[in-house]
Amino acid sequence: MTAIHTPTERVWWKQPLDRAELLWILIALAWCMVLFFMMPYWHLYGKQNLANEAYRTGPEQFSKLTDEMVSKYKVREEGGDLKVPVVHPPAGGDAYLIARLWSWYPILELEAGKSYRIHLMSMDYQHGFSLQPENINIQVLPGYDHVITVTPTHAGTYGIVCNEYCGIGHSTMTSKLYVVK
Amino acid sequence: MAVNRMFRTCPTTGLVFHQPAERLIIVNAVTAVVFLLIGGLLALGVVLTRWPAVHWLAADRFYQVLTAHGINMLIFWIIFFEIAGLYFCSAVLLKSRLATPRMAWAGYGLMLIGALVNNYAVLRGDSSVMMTSYVPMSAHWSFYLGLILFAVGALVACFVFFGTLVVAKSERTYVGSVPLVTFGAITAAIIAVFTIASGAIILIPTFLWSLGLISHIDPLMYRTIWWAFGHSSQQINVAAHISVWYAIAAIVFGAKPLSERVSRMAFLLYIFFLQLASAHHLLVDPGLSSNWKIFNTSYAMYLAVLASMVHGLTVPGAIEVAQREKGYNHGLFQWLRKAPWGNPVFSGMFISLIGFGFLGGISGVMMGTEQLNLIIHNTLYVPGHFHATVVIGTTLAFMALTYFLIPVLFRREVMFPGMAKWQPYVFGFGMYGVALFLMAAGTLGVPRRDWDITFAGNTFPYEFPGAAFLMLGLAGISGLIAIVGGGMYLLNTVGSVFLGKRVVTPGFAYVRAADGVAPAPKPVSAAITGHGSAVGAWGLVAPGTFSFAMVFLASFVLYYFINWKYLATVWPLK
Ligand code: HEM
Ligand SMILES: [Cu+2]
Ligand SMILES: [Cu+2]
Repeated sequence: MTAIHTPTERVWWKQPLDRAELLWILIALAWCMVLFFMMPYWHLYGKQNLANEAYRTGPEQFSKLTDEMVSKYKVREEGGDLKVPVVHPPAGGDAYLIARLWSWYPILELEAGKSYRIHLMSMDYQHGFSLQPENINIQVLPGYDHVITVTPTHAGTYGIVCNEYCGIGHSTMTSKLYVVK
Repeated sequence: MAVNRMFRTCPTTGLVFHQPAERLIIVNAVTAVVFLLIGGLLALGVVLTRWPAVHWLAADRFYQVLTAHGINMLIFWIIFFEIAGLYFCSAVLLKSRLATPRMAWAGYGLMLIGALVNNYAVLRGDSSVMMTSYVPMSAHWSFYLGLILFAVGALVACFVFFGTLVVAKSERTYVGSVPLVTFGAITAAIIAVFTIASGAIILIPTFLWSLGLISHIDPLMYRTIWWAFGHSSQQINVAAHISVWYAIAAIVFGAKPLSERVSRMAFLLYIFFLQLASAHHLLVDPGLSSNWKIFNTSYAMYLAVLASMVHGLTVPGAIEVAQREKGYNHGLFQWLRKAPWGNPVFSGMFISLIGFGFLGGISGVMMGTEQLNLIIHNTLYVPGHFHATVVIGTTLAFMALTYFLIPVLFRREVMFPGMAKWQPYVFGFGMYGVALFLMAAGTLGVPRRDWDITFAGNTFPYEFPGAAFLMLGLAGISGLIAIVGGGMYLLNTVGSVFLGKRVVTPGFAYVRAADGVAPAPKPVSAAITGHGSAVGAWGLVAPGTFSFAMVFLASFVLYYFINWKYLATVWPLK
């Protein structure tokens, strides 16, 4: 009988498998294994993986580290009256980026081909770090210092867009990131 | 108190309706449709604001409208309809009385009050926190309270469903195993219990926090548990709409499942491999290990994906076999060409199935891959994906079923049959457009839930490429088409149910049944009948469906690896 009736065969679990179904199950299962193993494979051979390095910390501590970096490595200010510092941290070193309602602080200037440990954290609500047009998107939480080791490949001016809804000013939360040669 | 044992039998379908069950199904379904109407009106505000050339609403209004759109659609419309479905799959399909109709009414009342309270909170204007309500952004306490009441009501309904299964079994209203569709509903209800428990674990503390009784809720913990609730509930929707597909294949074609064993196992896989379904929402979150992410995002090796791929074959496969048995046996696709494309019950179901598989399924697996998530997280790709799953998949399947229910359950004629014929195409293809163009905009990096992507007035604006604006414009136009399609559905259902011509059957009556329902079902012989007679090309019973499945697989493989290729060009990260 049909799917809205009780099965005709009382022992339906002994009914032989149809060939079309069996073939498809095997093919689909093989594909599912490929889907699964691509993830560990990319950890071994791919270059884009999150290290999942993160520390619990508080806003005071994180601001302190950020301010230290800003005072040491500030190269100029931008944004008119806002005077947002542009910071050129040493290649291979740590760089801090604060997300807060509704701005990013400071502006980082990185060198192409060098790697950096970028620390991302929010001071208040949840935010989203979206680097455009690279299209790297990372969740930014309050209380978690998320360390991302990144190597910019091409020089240029990139945009940072907040892509986690964070209240009425959400779409005003944009910034820049410079990559120089 | 005496148990109501009044039943009626539908003269055309032979389905048996317990009087209180019938009323509850009607009331839950009608309430669902009211929330669809509200959500649909709100969709207009969402679409016309996100279309940059129109940019209709102000920022605060937009976020408020988007919050309400998400909740009214995803939670209230879908779940009220699903409760109607649970009662249908238990009481009606098992020809049983509904256990404790009073509890069912109480559950309904709680759900309704919850939905109203939550809408009140959003309407106040201080609770535009989106359905996810990520802490520490907080809404008015009534926002959480509304959701909690709603969830408790839904839980009560699930238990009425389970109770009805027990009643049917003990009053012997059926012999052997429950029908496949009921089995699918059981799957949905079991997942629902798990889901609602997770919801309670996270929403109750959040409610207390909003009242100031708890000082801190960890945002990562919130996200993990919230999504155990938020995502598992999508698994309920999948189980529910796949059951609807099977039901429609049975109703329209008299199709019989290719094999009960395979289809039921596939439903079971949903339960076994639900895992921490929240993982794929947390792939780019700090504080979780890759091992945890990989294991959980793949539901322990993609066995739930396997289950969906199996249903994707067995539903159309069953239709193909039924059609071939009717003589549409020519070539690979005559069975499909000769399908009743003018019958909205069928066309809606088929458009739902194809869209869910090709648009929703493939994109979902792509996004849920640990590393690939980096390139789409929180972009418009995400709403693009879930409008393919929960709108094309679930909503359209429910719409298709409605056209069957209007005469059978409501006993009315469909008021505008011509409009009904076109409605699944307008809504379905409009939604295909919405899903595709939102995904395209997301691939170009456009954020979701963002009022203004021109970033006008920002100190450091970012300029999206022209193609992104084109995609948003196309999404806007498709969205309007889909809204028109939704309007056609609402007009026709509300019109038919309240003003449509009554279906009159001579000798109509509710009949008292002593215990369970007469007539006692006949046990059938245990002879095993395969589909032996109708084997087609390549020795397969459903060669047409099988070749479709191959096309699906090829698109899946191609799209999946294109995204890895794209990822490989992104800045190295570790
Ligand atoms: C009738 C036509 C519909 C249109 C044109 C439409 C359009 C949209 C658009 C463009 C967004 C994304 C907005 C953004 O992120 O900025 C959205 C969000 C959403 N839609 Fe729809 N939608 C429709 C129907 C539905 C239905 C039927 C459902 C559920 C069953 C649904 C569920 C949602 C949800 C859950 C969100 C996410 C809200 C959030 O981000 O919190 N939509 N809709
Ligand atoms: Cu933000
Ligand atoms: Cu934001």
